[in-house]
Amino acid sequence: MNVQSNSKTLMEIKDLRVWYRTTRGNAQAVDGVDLTIQRNEIFGLAGESGCGKSTLAKGILGMVRLPAFVESGEANFYRSVSGSSAVASDLIKLPARDMRKMRWRHIAYVPQSAMNVLSPVARIEKQLLDAIFEHTNMSKKEARDRMFECLDMVGLEPAVARMYPHELSGGMKQRVTIAAAISLKPELIIADEPTTALDVNVQQVILQELKQIAADLGLTLIYVTHDMAVHAELADRMGIMYSGLMVEVAPVVETFKEPLHPYTQGLISSIPMIGGGRERMTGIPGNAPSPLAWPAGCRFHPRCPYVMEVCREKVPPMIEVAPDRLVACHLHPTPLSESASPADLSLPDWEEAVSRAPGVQPVQAMKKGGDTAEELS
Amino acid sequence: MMTTQTQNVPVLDARSVTKVFNIPTPGFQREYIAAVDQVSLALSEKPARIVSLVGESGSGKTTLARMMLGLTPPTRGQILYRGKRISELDKREWWDFRRNVQPIFQDPFGIYNPFYRIDRALDMTIKNFNLASSSEEALAIKSEALRAVDLRPEDVIGRYPHQLSGGQCQRVMLARTLLLRPKVIIADEPVSMIDVAVRTLFLNILLDFRDTYDISCLFITHHLATAYYMGGPMLVLCFGRVVESGDIDQLLAKPSHPYTQQLLKAIPTPDPTQRWQNRANVKITERPLTHEGNKCVYVARCPHAMPICSQQRPPDFEIEEGHYAACFLHQDKPQREAIPQVSRRHRHAVGAED
Repeated sequence: MNVQSNSKTLMEIKDLRVWYRTTRGNAQAVDGVDLTIQRNEIFGLAGESGCGKSTLAKGILGMVRLPAFVESGEANFYRSVSGSSAVASDLIKLPARDMRKMRWRHIAYVPQSAMNVLSPVARIEKQLLDAIFEHTNMSKKEARDRMFECLDMVGLEPAVARMYPHELSGGMKQRVTIAAAISLKPELIIADEPTTALDVNVQQVILQELKQIAADLGLTLIYVTHDMAVHAELADRMGIMYSGLMVEVAPVVETFKEPLHPYTQGLISSIPMIGGGRERMTGIPGNAPSPLAWPAGCRFHPRCPYVMEVCREKVPPMIEVAPDRLVACHLHPTPLSESASPADLSLPDWEEAVSRAPGVQPVQAMKKGGDTAEELS
Repeated sequence: MMTTQTQNVPVLDARSVTKVFNIPTPGFQREYIAAVDQVSLALSEKPARIVSLVGESGSGKTTLARMMLGLTPPTRGQILYRGKRISELDKREWWDFRRNVQPIFQDPFGIYNPFYRIDRALDMTIKNFNLASSSEEALAIKSEALRAVDLRPEDVIGRYPHQLSGGQCQRVMLARTLLLRPKVIIADEPVSMIDVAVRTLFLNILLDFRDTYDISCLFITHHLATAYYMGGPMLVLCFGRVVESGDIDQLLAKPSHPYTQQLLKAIPTPDPTQRWQNRANVKITERPLTHEGNKCVYVARCPHAMPICSQQRPPDFEIEEGHYAACFLHQDKPQREAIPQVSRRHRHAVGAED
């Protein structure tokens, strides 16, 4: 353990690899992620399903169980002790007993399906109090007060404590899990798609509550979801993952205004928007690659409309091309420190690029009428 | 066959359908819930249109879809297939219905048997409907259908469901429906389980089906922006009732029911410079469990609730032409005419009446 001077950093992930053992070799779900999380920020983690978002979250939390395993890497967590000093501990190498102490107390987790984490046979109060007693020395009364305080923070009636999970709606159950996560005032909450299964109205309420709580308690939130609109609404900074790697990390406003990585650009241009013209969107052509055999070079190159020769051979490094904006793409080869003047970073129009790119065909329309299925009997 | 009367009669027509479920309660009292409450909608053949049905979970979207597919009989009201109640179709008409009304379900993995190769879904369709006379012809139409949904046949044929992505599985389902050239596709949340980047592709294929093959679609979604992308008429479902309906551009330009307004406000915009300004002030209420037919379903959450709202069920008021809202805020506007029911006795005469 060493004392870190830069107190702004809460977590530093270095070259983290979390793989899955399969009969056909190792699935490299998270394959060398470097990431720095600042204190008191809301960090949005985006990407398609299967890109390793959830595996990364699990890796940080030390919840990796076989067939998954941590191949290499470290996740240094700087928990503050008093004032400016911070104690670093590598969550990956931490023994299970110490990790157990760390969880809930310093790092809490809000899972995707609240229905599956709450025990159906115990009242809500038992489940919340269990976590508090396990990790603190609070008296019964203090713990109960704390529980009601947390339930109130997420907008639930005290009566909910006496209920069983089946008596609550999906939105209420999700709020119970948030109440549990904040019950010990952790420094970091990792929320893995907490609102994906909920309705928009409920989603809005929960997102606003999370944001408020994060601001009130001064905690850091890592919010994992594939829904870019939610990131736009909530996040301060966001990271985009593609096939086990971080491809772009930047403040959310810049990411949406001027995406640097073609994948980010494709993701943003395939969000349907209400209002404006109803133009045909192209989406991102092709399919996500398999974690058993990532493509050589840049992993996005088979789907990228701007693909160049170098992309097929060399893996682009993650470089800072503008203040606080990191991207791993051969289109942006000059780091900020080397470029003399601020370069034009914007990419050309996505729809046009996709339509011109070789090897990417639009949907083939079959010849009209199609007499194969005309006669019935 | 039934081609003589198809000109103006919608292929599939739900007239004021209601589905009531029995809820188990302690004691001897019986309680009922109207999962779908007097919903009317028609899917016509020409012009082919994509009708969007938007609603939260528990609003009865899937129940309605199941009734339209003939999987569940409605408690009241009727579902007409080419002017005839689907419960009264004879064997040949039922076979025709089965062919022309095709479902797409939400879970792309749940619909395939994991022990069979994925092309079995296509092969069974070809076999059951006698679409090909030889195995070469079968392979040819299979490949043609797969190419139409932007899949390469060599990537898909002979694979197992777990070897394909969700988006690919869902598109194979589309290829299966295309083999039959149905008149109507009932798509129940088809894109909610596939990735954003691939979602667009799927939506584009549905649009192509409409334009190229005149296939109408009932597009069920909880995502308003997706419905907007599809265009066409839209119905907003709230606790089993259609609270607002009309052309989607009209409706979103002038959302007239408080529920629609609330729904629009709650959607996160993919633009970090335009975040929510106000904190949502929504009481997250449970759906009223018992069937309260004589009041507005939204009254408990409505910011504009008036006394009349809890005394009477609001009828549809016409905001603009073709744009209706079931809300007493618009009671100065003209009321919509009731949709006539088809009586059993005169069922064959319906085509002429319309």
